[in-house]
Amino acid sequence: MRITQGAFSFLPDLSDDQIAAQVEYCLRNDWAIGIEHTSDPHPRNVLWDMWGNPMFDLRDAAGVMMELKDCRKAFPDHYVRLNAFDSTRGFETVRLSFIVNRPQIEPTFRLTRTEVRGRTVSVTMTTEY
Amino acid sequence: MLQGEDSSAVPVAIDLQAEYRTSGVAEVLAELDRELVGLRPVKQRIRETSALLLVDRARRQLGLSSRTPTLHMSFTGNPGTGKTTVARRMADLLFRLGYVRKGHLVSVTRDDLVGQYIGHTAPKTKEVLKKAMGGVLFIDEAYYLYRPDNERDYGQEAIEILLQVMENQRDDLVVILAGYADRMERFYQSNPGFRSRIAHHIDFPDYTDDELLAIAQSMLDEQGYRFDEAGRATMREYVEKRRAQPHFANARSIRNAIDRARLRQANRLFEASSGPVGVEALSTITAPDIRASRVFAAVGTAGEPS
Repeated sequence: MRITQGAFSFLPDLSDDQIAAQVEYCLRNDWAIGIEHTSDPHPRNVLWDMWGNPMFDLRDAAGVMMELKDCRKAFPDHYVRLNAFDSTRGFETVRLSFIVNRPQIEPTFRLTRTEVRGRTVSVTMTTEY
Repeated sequence: MLQGEDSSAVPVAIDLQAEYRTSGVAEVLAELDRELVGLRPVKQRIRETSALLLVDRARRQLGLSSRTPTLHMSFTGNPGTGKTTVARRMADLLFRLGYVRKGHLVSVTRDDLVGQYIGHTAPKTKEVLKKAMGGVLFIDEAYYLYRPDNERDYGQEAIEILLQVMENQRDDLVVILAGYADRMERFYQSNPGFRSRIAHHIDFPDYTDDELLAIAQSMLDEQGYRFDEAGRATMREYVEKRRAQPHFANARSIRNAIDRARLRQANRLFEASSGPVGVEALSTITAPDIRASRVFAAVGTAGEPS
């Protein structure tokens, strides 16, 4: 099942040139770029693993693309996303987040309905690989 | 070239002179001539290099070649001969010619690249490289990266990463290595990888006494000071004497001398004046301000004069 999270996820996957162009846009706005990856795209799994520190003081997208390449090489079967952080309000706010790498075969989600007290049904969603 | 442009759009001739003017290269070169005293061979080399790059760019526009030329450079010369300043101009030049995308200069030394413990060096070097992407990475005193006396030195790791990026990401980054001529020579001998990846070697000569005096003059102009007649003569004498002493660093020594002369001038005005001080007095460096330097007192003694 194709996971749709963050920006551009209803579009076909971005090519590297398109990703670089997005990164250029972020850098033009003085946003810092962080790379994160995970094997579990569950919507409740908000905090993905960081690939190094977020990159501040970059001037060109080539630096981000270099790290992205390394991250993809290390985790070809993980989801990888780029987050752009805006610090104008005094704290780092995510302004843009989009997926840049997907596993070959994407996991699906299974819904489990459990009868609890009264007529209440509790629904649990689990990632199924 | 963009995909949208079809082959019929390729021009058949290019006016090099027009390219020279519109690209802004002429401006940078004129600025270089105007603002940097002396350095004739350096300016000549930069002129040649920019001509080469202009022609190369024209060739690419005509579809004659598509390879990015190797642009990594080596600046050799004694301290204070303007290597960093020229590197900054070079970054600007390459930017205007379209060989680097952003045109900023990241200036680093060994400490910025080499880590303290195992596994510290690679991220540190990569961090610097990422910041320099799209611009020029200036490595001052590059020979310190390689310490032949310690085979477990982490510098070797930084060198390997640098070489890899210099080779594979020539489009993204230009590296300039700088340092004393003789030590750089030894560095290249022990790291042939660097030598073969560097296309342009530029040697920075020492300044002559006249040039140093002109530099002193322009530094004072910038700060709104001037020499009086005797002050100027004393400065000339200072330059000659300072050169003979150890740790002479060309323009940098002159800048320090001027900073100290300003200090003494301020002191003199403060202590000697009883009434109001005029513009004239406030902006004039006189002979005693320079004469008080230890360069004049202790000829031949070692150590940095104050």
